[in-house]
Amino acid sequence: MSVSTPLVELRNVSKRFVKPLDAAARLANLMGAHHREQVVHAVDGVDLSVVEGEVVGLVGESGCGKSTLGRVVAGIHAPSEGSMSWQGKTTSAMTSAERKAATLAVQMIFQDPMSSLNPRMRVAEIVGEAPVFHGLVDKAGQDAYVDMMLERVGLDPVYKRRFPHQFSGGQRARIGIARALAVNPRFLVCDESVAALDVSIQAQVLNLFMKLREELRLTYLFISHDLSVVRHLSDRVVIMYLGRVVEAASAADLFRGPNHPYAQALLANVPTLASRHKRFAPLKGEIPSPLNPPPGCHFHPRCPMAGPRCSAERPALREVAPGHVSACHLNDGGVGG
Amino acid sequence: MTDAALPEAKIASPAPPREETPFTRFRKAFFEDRVAVTGLAIFSLIVALALLAPFITPQNPYDLRSVDIMDSRLSPGQVTGEGFTAWLGTDGVGRDLYSGILYGLRISLMVGALSGVLAATIGMAVGLIAAYAGGRVETVLMRIVDLQLSLPAVLIALILVAALGKGVDKIIFALVVVQWAYYARTVRGNALVERRKEYVEAAQSLGLSHARVVFRHIMPNCLAPVIVIVTVQTAHAIALEATLSFLGVGLPQTEPSLGVLIANGFQYMLSGKYWISTFPGIALLLTIVSINLMGDRIRDVLNPRLEK
Repeated sequence: MSVSTPLVELRNVSKRFVKPLDAAARLANLMGAHHREQVVHAVDGVDLSVVEGEVVGLVGESGCGKSTLGRVVAGIHAPSEGSMSWQGKTTSAMTSAERKAATLAVQMIFQDPMSSLNPRMRVAEIVGEAPVFHGLVDKAGQDAYVDMMLERVGLDPVYKRRFPHQFSGGQRARIGIARALAVNPRFLVCDESVAALDVSIQAQVLNLFMKLREELRLTYLFISHDLSVVRHLSDRVVIMYLGRVVEAASAADLFRGPNHPYAQALLANVPTLASRHKRFAPLKGEIPSPLNPPPGCHFHPRCPMAGPRCSAERPALREVAPGHVSACHLNDGGVGG
Repeated sequence: MTDAALPEAKIASPAPPREETPFTRFRKAFFEDRVAVTGLAIFSLIVALALLAPFITPQNPYDLRSVDIMDSRLSPGQVTGEGFTAWLGTDGVGRDLYSGILYGLRISLMVGALSGVLAATIGMAVGLIAAYAGGRVETVLMRIVDLQLSLPAVLIALILVAALGKGVDKIIFALVVVQWAYYARTVRGNALVERRKEYVEAAQSLGLSHARVVFRHIMPNCLAPVIVIVTVQTAHAIALEATLSFLGVGLPQTEPSLGVLIANGFQYMLSGKYWISTFPGIALLLTIVSINLMGDRIRDVLNPRLEK
């Protein structure tokens, strides 16, 4: 692996969603009430870097902020705090032309293949709109270009006059991929891109991702809650819990020896053929509300190893092995007060 | 040279077997419903009659020289002093009702169509901008809409027309003012839903401009309810114009719209001269009902999820 600058790098990125007070609540506050703005810390101080050619798996329970992080990377949400850089240059320092190039270079493949395609556009338009708009291809060349993109994702171009609802789920997923590929991206953020598909179709689409990776030298951020899919695809895996990264390591290291108690609990519950007769010991409780996260380590209310220090102090990410970081006090002097 | 060019041309256009355009599909789906076709037939007939009015009516009710006071209040079927038969009777000043209704339809339809299109355009723009911009822009625009909707339409139109004076242009202005808010609110509601869908995020991530995202992606997905409202509100505009004219602030007596004709007969209703109000009223009713019948079907057809 080269030591070149990472393709995408996030430094201490946070994304908060604030529900502002309405006029009535503000008025009530004036008269002595204590309404507060509701703030969701969807992503809380995350560092992430992805080098060219890598597939990074981003794993976590629903509601842990992995989709929000993906959208920050794809440029759909602006981070509330922290900086994002593309090829070593922070987005805030970019000229508008550079920013546009960076926007196009990072594309997103969405979870729901139906709602991610405009229902009133034909496939030719869905795939061909952006390249024509950005001048990658002229209007006369649009048809041939769309054909090429559709063939690249394994769709017959004769279907390009159809609307999205006339396709099956797997075909729609392919249209979504063709749309992203049409602007020549170098980085794809796949947000649960196969979760809505049947298992057999999932395998086809995953194989397509891998084929495209080789053909087009793509880099992926692969967001999923499906550990077996992530294990199959990823070079490196990042585990998130309630807006924070709790552990990151190469896929092989992580699946061999998870360090963080949350990662251990997650991996222990991956169903495999060998564990057919095993009793599963699910984590107790639900993921806490990001509106009101627990203090200290977010995981301590559900953690079997938690001690007094866990509810007081936020654990930092520490290297436990080369290239393997984990945020747990157990690695750093124990959990005692 | 022509010999060489001909086969070329043949290859270039292999004459696809009647490609299905969106319009042909729309037409086919629309005609599957018998009620809608009836509505369309009635509406087409009404429009045709209104357009052809000068050629198929015995009298021009705008031309006061052709109106004779001696012919007033003739019952249906009587012969006028001019020598033609007034099949629908005449009104209080001797205007032939058949002629009056057709000329009145011209005004009513024009007022309805123009105010519908203008109000839809303005309301849609406001609704889309409010939904897409959000924040303060949205708050200001939607409070204006709320204010507008909290006042009765007839009252605002009445005040406007009273202040501006009589005339077709003033009526249209007043109708647009009272109707744009309905479009704005409906479109905003739809646009808020659409805006959060992933295809809009995809369009943003593809670097498309805001205008393109709003008008090419979000707007077409908000159109189905707008078309339904256009039909309802056009019908409503026609009724409102009739109301204003009935109340005496709409169109002048010399330019009889359906509302003026109905108003003219109102005072004779109890004296047994039913036809003066009834026939223009039936014309108004048929127009509004036929528009609504078509609107219902258009809504169903334009829903892409119903397409097989």
